[in-house]
Amino acid sequence: MRKLALSDEILMQVEKPARYIGGEVNSVMKDRESVQIRFAMCFPDVYEIGMSHLGIQIIYDMMNRFRDVWCERVYSPWVDLDAVMRKENIPLFALESQDPVKDFDFLGITIQYEMCYTNILQVLELSGIPLLSKDRTDDDPIVIGGGPCTYNPEPISDFFDMFYIGEAETRYRTLFDLYLEGKEKGWNRKEFLQRAAGIPGIYVPSLYEVIYKEDGTIGGRKSLVPGIPEIIEKELVTDLTNTYYPKKPVVPFIKVAQDRVVLEIQRGCIRGCRFCQAGQLYRPVRERDLECLKQYAMDMLKNTGHEEISLSSLSSSDYSLLPELLDFLIENCGKQKINISLPSLRIDAFSLDVMNKVQDVKKSSLTFAPEAGSQRLRNIINKGLTEEVILEGAKMAFEGGWTRVKLYFMLGLPLETEEDIRGIADLCNKIAAVFYETVPKEKRTGRVQIVASTSFFIPKPFTPFQWAAQCTKEEFLEKAYLTRCSIGSVLNQKSIKYNWHEADVSVLEGIMARGDRKLNQVILRAYEKGCIYDAWSEYYKNDVWFDAFEECGVDPAFYTVRKRPEDEIFPWDFIDCGVRKEFLLQEWHKAAKEEITPNCQERCNGCGAARYKTGICVTDKSYRKQ
Amino acid sequence: MKVRLKFSKYGALRFIGHLDVMRYFQKAIRRAGIDIAYSEGFSPHQIMSFAAPLSVGHTSSGEYFDIEVNSFTDEEDMQKRLSEVMAEGIDILKVRLLPEKEGNAMASVAAADYLLSFRDCFSPPQNWKEALYDFYAKETILAVKKTKKGQREINLKEGIYRLEIREDGVYMLLDAGSGSNLKPAFVMEVFFERMGAALPEYPFHIHRTETYKRKENGDLEPLIP
Repeated sequence: MRKLALSDEILMQVEKPARYIGGEVNSVMKDRESVQIRFAMCFPDVYEIGMSHLGIQIIYDMMNRFRDVWCERVYSPWVDLDAVMRKENIPLFALESQDPVKDFDFLGITIQYEMCYTNILQVLELSGIPLLSKDRTDDDPIVIGGGPCTYNPEPISDFFDMFYIGEAETRYRTLFDLYLEGKEKGWNRKEFLQRAAGIPGIYVPSLYEVIYKEDGTIGGRKSLVPGIPEIIEKELVTDLTNTYYPKKPVVPFIKVAQDRVVLEIQRGCIRGCRFCQAGQLYRPVRERDLECLKQYAMDMLKNTGHEEISLSSLSSSDYSLLPELLDFLIENCGKQKINISLPSLRIDAFSLDVMNKVQDVKKSSLTFAPEAGSQRLRNIINKGLTEEVILEGAKMAFEGGWTRVKLYFMLGLPLETEEDIRGIADLCNKIAAVFYETVPKEKRTGRVQIVASTSFFIPKPFTPFQWAAQCTKEEFLEKAYLTRCSIGSVLNQKSIKYNWHEADVSVLEGIMARGDRKLNQVILRAYEKGCIYDAWSEYYKNDVWFDAFEECGVDPAFYTVRKRPEDEIFPWDFIDCGVRKEFLLQEWHKAAKEEITPNCQERCNGCGAARYKTGICVTDKSYRKQ
Repeated sequence: MKVRLKFSKYGALRFIGHLDVMRYFQKAIRRAGIDIAYSEGFSPHQIMSFAAPLSVGHTSSGEYFDIEVNSFTDEEDMQKRLSEVMAEGIDILKVRLLPEKEGNAMASVAAADYLLSFRDCFSPPQNWKEALYDFYAKETILAVKKTKKGQREINLKEGIYRLEIREDGVYMLLDAGSGSNLKPAFVMEVFFERMGAALPEYPFHIHRTETYKRKENGDLEPLIP
């Protein structure tokens, strides 16, 4: 029987002890003695969040197919256990073997959002691994980061020995083989890191130096050892059908955020919304084969026993064979009482018909993401959704019996005016009016419910808006106030509910997103001062963060409100994500002219991703549905 | 058709709560391909009834639940199929097709027995064994039981059907009926409190050995005899 790392007394006193016991159905146990590489795969947030992440499930499946590797999972202990572990000096452990992370060969950390940076330090410290890469010895695991935030790894470059830039499926085997070679030949840590830096996609930050100008911007970069690449090109899977994907995902004992089978139907997006980082990073869009998806869906349902399946992609309506896939799922899942949870589909006749089929009588709300209130601003952000389309979709939905509509907007977009913000209220008002025009009085069961939510726009690296200034906290709040007032002044205001986000966190997220190496010390200082679980509003300590900036002599405004000149060298410019900087700049100019850019399905715009010779870039476009 | 299943719970899975055990079996039944019946209505759920919830931290070799199935091969086959999809910490011990008239598992529960031992964090006073027999020999043992609705004075003695010392632990057969259920830890807490012994947090390890129903003649027998 597996021995647990935590005593019964501790497990009985913490909330949800099942977070720490492992042993879930489909978790992988191997013989310690029969493997050569121990890999601890960490999501630096609480178990229920980390377990819902598809990327780790894919990597877990891939690495455990390697006979000589045992990949185990690690999550951030919740604050209650965190306190106990610090007090009693209990080292952080991996769930499967319950062995200390410190004894592993690798600690891999997936970095999905900026607000988890202090949790990375928590995981390192609880593991007993020095926080800074430069302080680690041959006895410490190699700490490797991956995930979307590593497309600008500079704010956390001191904490990692290396980063893996891009999709994990391609280069881990090469990295492991190099590691084994190093073990055999007795390379020390530094020797291994220098050689690893030659593997495509691997970035070893300690081997590069950044030169700053007097104004704090970057003057240049230089590599400190010869023969390592100056530009790190992202890794990409060219054939998504014939690659790793888990047929037996781990089934948690407790309820987690994503308590269902997740079927990734495609990767990437054709749309090119100018605020969206994922839309650029994962280009080109690549579909998985329909027959393969059907097989995976059935196998995963069978192997997990989940009662729900969800399709995953950035824009599912763009999957060319979506009707065929949904027909198959509806037919096969209905019999087994399995729910199909639909991702945000474009609202049209097709999707309403599908929703009718899968949702039976219980009609949940419909979601639109216009992102901006006016057509002018929607053109600026290249969101190809027009008012007619939204109103037509709403009309069909109301005719079909839906009475709740959710709308997502962003505030603080570049070039936004008060008129654009008032447009949010106008659009909500028009949708409500469509309801009262469409649904006759005798058929109404009450008011239509329109819920408008706004988030604050944060410029992200590798988007056309990477040059844009971010709003200050005060500006954000003024914009939210204006939105609230204008919603309060429209005719159907009683049918509209308005929610907005906190502004503090958006400011910090903005700093981190476009930060440079100078932020390492600030993150470390904030952590030392007690910041942890920043993504959880109840633990977010804004004052402490800004004290840390002051103590380190780093000006937060440098990273946010400054409009960056077009010739500025960005901290992330040494990474090549497939999309060229010139293309992004061209898109930034087009935004200013309120010009839209057709999507990849309509026309190739020459972003640069065609060099991968895969996906939409090589697909006969007439074959895909419009 | 109604089927009753008996299972054990041990090891790391003692930290999984009752609701999660239910969710665990819902998924396990799908994995095993059991032809379970679903309720009617907008959100159909598996027809399943658990006998007596087990507290988090306890182990057991006598847990039960009933399911309704549309079709059924045989008891051995169902046990085999479920056993193949179990996690370490829950074993399927018995499967029994129930007669039509049998009441459901939860309503049938009359008693359960437990083995209680002391964790390292607690050493009972020297004379605890004699004191426990004295305690149990009393006609009435009044104690205040906290319930969801508030506090209520009960006579513990009525709910203790048997109590004896086994090696360095205690065996107890207790009332487990709905409403009158008596928890083994509560009995021991009352006892040590009367002895004047201070208890640390989680002083006991508790193992449920069996869950019983009452036969027509009043005798107890396991839910699957």
